[in-house]
Amino acid sequence: MHLTSYLQEGTLTIALTGEIDHHCAKEYVKTITSKIEAYAPGICVLDFQDVSFMDSSGIAVVINAYRTMAKCGGTLYVSGLKAQPMRVFRASGIDKLINIKEAVNEI
Amino acid sequence: MKFENYMTIDFPSKSSNEAFARSAVACFASQMDPTLEELGDIRTAVSEAVTNCIVHAYPDALGTITLRCRILKDNTLDIIIKDRGVGISDLEQARKPMFTTGGSDRSGMGFTIMESFMTSFSVQSVAGKGTTVHMRRKLLRRK
Repeated sequence: MHLTSYLQEGTLTIALTGEIDHHCAKEYVKTITSKIEAYAPGICVLDFQDVSFMDSSGIAVVINAYRTMAKCGGTLYVSGLKAQPMRVFRASGIDKLINIKEAVNEI
Repeated sequence: MKFENYMTIDFPSKSSNEAFARSAVACFASQMDPTLEELGDIRTAVSEAVTNCIVHAYPDALGTITLRCRILKDNTLDIIIKDRGVGISDLEQARKPMFTTGGSDRSGMGFTIMESFMTSFSVQSVAGKGTTVHMRRKLLRRK
């Protein structure tokens, strides 16, 4: 698991990298939850630009971030989804629940 | 012979083997000249099935997962993923979207994704004996 994050004008951007599966999902959930709770941002963006693969474990990571943001009264966005992660988003139906943008600078 | 090629791998239910299993199947399937989308779907379905074995079949100890792939004559990839773990007592419930007995890092979407990404999908399970997932993906022949 590797991620980078930065806070700018109330927006917390978290960039995920590599392949997201069950092997690393727990660590992602833990780290993202603690970052959101620490900064309580109005907007959180999960940037998937450098995610080359994800299975349903990635869905759990996004749903957890969505719930944590909802508790803080903020909004979650997901950006930069490549074709394979997008197919998993669509198959699970969370593309109807989560705000998806093509790129971070669209938010 | 009804098949063109086959391979079988046994590996322990370590979570580091999730990436190994989906990559191994993708490598084997590459001789069928799949599209990127077909390969992505196959890798995702294998990842889901193997994760189920690791999380649910062998919750407390390591066990063996058997992965068998065959290339059938009509350009179909046939995949069997088998464990000898605890089994699933209520299959109908397990296959429902969003249902999971796992923790907050599980989404309960594994079976839904396997079903929607593969051409055919079936699961057999006996409590205390283990679970076998059988799935197929027919690949389009490119001209």
